[in-house]
Amino acid sequence: MKGRLMGDAKDPGQELSEMQMDALREAGNIGAGNAAIALSQMVEERIGLSMPRASIMPLSKVPDLVGGPEAPVAGIYLRIEGEVSGSIMLLIEEQSARSLADLVLGGEEGEKKRSEDIVIYNSALQEMGSILSGAYLNALGLLTGLLFKPTIPFYANDMAGAIVDCVLVDLGASEDFVIVIGTDFHVSSVKIEGHLILFPDPGTLKIILGKLGVPIE
Amino acid sequence: MSEIEKVGVAEVKVSENPTTLVSYGLGSCVAVAIYDPNIKIGGLAHVMLPESAGRAGGASPGKFADTGISYLVGELIKRGAHVKRMRCKIAGGSQMFKLPGTTHAASSLENMPRTQIGERNIEAVKQTLRDHSIKIVAEETGGDHGRTVRFNPSTGEMEVSTIAHGKKMI
Repeated sequence: MKGRLMGDAKDPGQELSEMQMDALREAGNIGAGNAAIALSQMVEERIGLSMPRASIMPLSKVPDLVGGPEAPVAGIYLRIEGEVSGSIMLLIEEQSARSLADLVLGGEEGEKKRSEDIVIYNSALQEMGSILSGAYLNALGLLTGLLFKPTIPFYANDMAGAIVDCVLVDLGASEDFVIVIGTDFHVSSVKIEGHLILFPDPGTLKIILGKLGVPIE
Repeated sequence: MSEIEKVGVAEVKVSENPTTLVSYGLGSCVAVAIYDPNIKIGGLAHVMLPESAGRAGGASPGKFADTGISYLVGELIKRGAHVKRMRCKIAGGSQMFKLPGTTHAASSLENMPRTQIGERNIEAVKQTLRDHSIKIVAEETGGDHGRTVRFNPSTGEMEVSTIAHGKKMI
């Protein structure tokens, strides 16, 4: 799939080739693998992974991936500083977020689930979101040899549209295209679907793709 | 069930009975509904940032509070509305993100590049409305949660729905 990235009226944006999309998908794959290892160590279970799906889409379309703008989701948002800069967001739709919280918090069959306490639920998801997004960043760092310094992650559990809305405002853009890497984690019979959204600052994608061996001409 | 028209980020739409204008999932953005009850016409602006600071906003004047409201007022006047009769309802402008381990909104942090944007949006909206001498008759703003707004221009009713606090008519 081809796509245009970070374009505006003055800058028509960036066309990415199939090879460049493949490189990003592969980086996403290794990142998801890292995240699965982290998750597996926490819950002491084997974690299966789907092939990641990478696509480029307008940020305003992102809520459709998780059930629409009014759908409840857990979102983790953080800035990246260092040699390269940008932002990343991890979105987990509610059903998956519940499964993830149950998995991490444990609890016996038939008992009142600990994840039903909203404070504990949010706290578990905040923590998992930080760990998973950190795992992706570490993988990207290892692959590119670049230093990705994440800032403190921000968390929200609310309407998908409202979370994306705040990110739009933070980035000051309404029509920016973003890279979305979707991955499914499988733990026994449970599927947890995560969407990692990358917002490279202008110029950053060029550096990353150069390091991945598929430079922008 | 009347027809529904979506008002996306940075959009401004005007409707005549019976279309309901809807903005889904407002976070720090603010939905500004202005209507003239006498001729039952109104519109909704989904503003994203406080001031245009001289930028025209290009094809989307609704991006900024000041240009968005001025544009909406202009469109209503073109359709026969009168500024003196205009009423306004606003919703949105929350601070969604929280830091791990706290229940406080992240607004007080310097490393969040655009801090307190929700509050600044609300303030800019109110200032622009004062400049136009348009009265706010109801508002549902601030806090830390997302909102969906459904505005019926012919009745002036606004329904604000949230996940945690249910629905409310203002």
